[in-house]
Amino acid sequence: MNQTTEQKNAIEVKNLNFFYGKFQGLKNVSMNIAERKVTAFIGPSGCGKSTLLRTLNRMYSLYPGQRAEGEINLYGQNILDKNQDLNLLRARVGMVFQKPTPFPMTIYDNIAFGVRLYESLSDSEMDERVEWALSKAALWTEVKDKLGQNGLSLSGGQQQRLCIARSVAVKPSVLLLDEPTSALDPISTGKVEELVNELKSDYTIAIVTHNMQQAARVSDFTAYMYLGELIEFGETEQIFFKPTKTATEDYITGRFG
Amino acid sequence: MQIDNTLYTKRRIASRIGLALSMSAMAVGLAVLIWILYVLFSNGLSALDLNLFTHDTPAPGTEGGGLRNAIIGSLMIVGLTVLVSTPVGILAGIYLTEFGDESKTAELTRFVTDIMLSAPSIVLGLFVYAIAVSTVGNFSGYAGSMALSLIAIPVVMRTTENMLRLVPGSLREAAFALGAPRWKVSTMVTLRAAKSGVMTGILLAIARISGETAPLLFTALNNQFFSTNMGAPMANLPVVIFQFAMSPYENWVRLAWAGALLITMTVLILNILARVVFRDKVH
Repeated sequence: MNQTTEQKNAIEVKNLNFFYGKFQGLKNVSMNIAERKVTAFIGPSGCGKSTLLRTLNRMYSLYPGQRAEGEINLYGQNILDKNQDLNLLRARVGMVFQKPTPFPMTIYDNIAFGVRLYESLSDSEMDERVEWALSKAALWTEVKDKLGQNGLSLSGGQQQRLCIARSVAVKPSVLLLDEPTSALDPISTGKVEELVNELKSDYTIAIVTHNMQQAARVSDFTAYMYLGELIEFGETEQIFFKPTKTATEDYITGRFG
Repeated sequence: MQIDNTLYTKRRIASRIGLALSMSAMAVGLAVLIWILYVLFSNGLSALDLNLFTHDTPAPGTEGGGLRNAIIGSLMIVGLTVLVSTPVGILAGIYLTEFGDESKTAELTRFVTDIMLSAPSIVLGLFVYAIAVSTVGNFSGYAGSMALSLIAIPVVMRTTENMLRLVPGSLREAAFALGAPRWKVSTMVTLRAAKSGVMTGILLAIARISGETAPLLFTALNNQFFSTNMGAPMANLPVVIFQFAMSPYENWVRLAWAGALLITMTVLILNILARVVFRDKVH
């Protein structure tokens, strides 16, 4: 992993093994996720890319029987530690899912919900925060006149940007995107990709995608995974143009997967 | 492709027979329902007048009279039951889906709920009689609500649990991903998403208990006079219907029909309301 020399890392994964009961989903994965860069995880279905992402905010801890071994250091602090407070961790490491998941409440409250958990803002401060977050997600102009409407009334692409705004609103340091555009039309996809490009100036972003063009477009670093193993990891350009492993090349050129 | 005509014909005949059987089964069920409603309306409508709501149940041998005390008594007993069983049922339902899930306690709770759901209501009435009537020394509206709560709680609980299970796991994950603690996820997101389903459960529970007679016979008993004291015996529609329908007085029998019609209409309206509420939810 050669990119770490001058770049500061937000997350360092060391010898990570992951188990769904007896099945091993990740095998000895080690990688660094650079601060304020976009890191993409690619690979065929079932390769462990989503599993890896879900260890970074310990989403898996919701399900008994799933466990991780090894180390994941978030700014030097091992989040796999037993004493790690999961709610605080998730407030720092936000996540956006494959399908848009607006809460059954108004657009305004969708954004305010997460903020209210950890900050007590005055009404005007909250109004500002909501506008800020919606603007960050390039949704403000579309919804500013209907903040009182139910979040479910938005289109799919808008719902997904609402979810991104919701994650951004709590000001996390890392943003995890789990195939955020796979349920969206091409225009909405384009908007979300633009958004990722803009957000990386403030946030560290890790994105899982099964769309290789997307990985090439939005990411600075790419990790190619297969059967729970990290096959190759490096700068996106290098992975796409000069992969060192033939397995990576086969996948990227479409000969496999 | 070679089509085997005999096979096709056979299948078509079998399909016709199956369809005919199920249609006739439906017709039998529907006919009985219509018959019940017809008898109820033809006997009850003539007794339905304003006196029903302004006069109390008449003494033996006196003319006229109404059902005011029984209507108010029923409303109060059912009202208190809803106040008690709704929070208990909803919280228990939340526990079963969001907290307990597959734990031993949850399994046991589910098992007991199943038993409670199918327990004969007269047994529940007898139970409350033993703990809240014979010990205190008098029948009371409170005891009536207690007995009805035992019927309503499992209904609310089971519907809440089922409705919460329909909420996609991705919605829960999304809320957890913001750092929300479990109780906030359950109350502000999951329960909210299942709101109309849970409302339906409450409405159906009300419909279920508003016609229950057996548990009230042992608990609230009856009261010939108007009373809003829930610590004392209380008039209520089901028990009044039970007593009046079997009496020799013609005006009593007519009042019983009117009361039966009232309850049926209430249940019907609640059921329709529940359907409307649930239909609106599907987005």
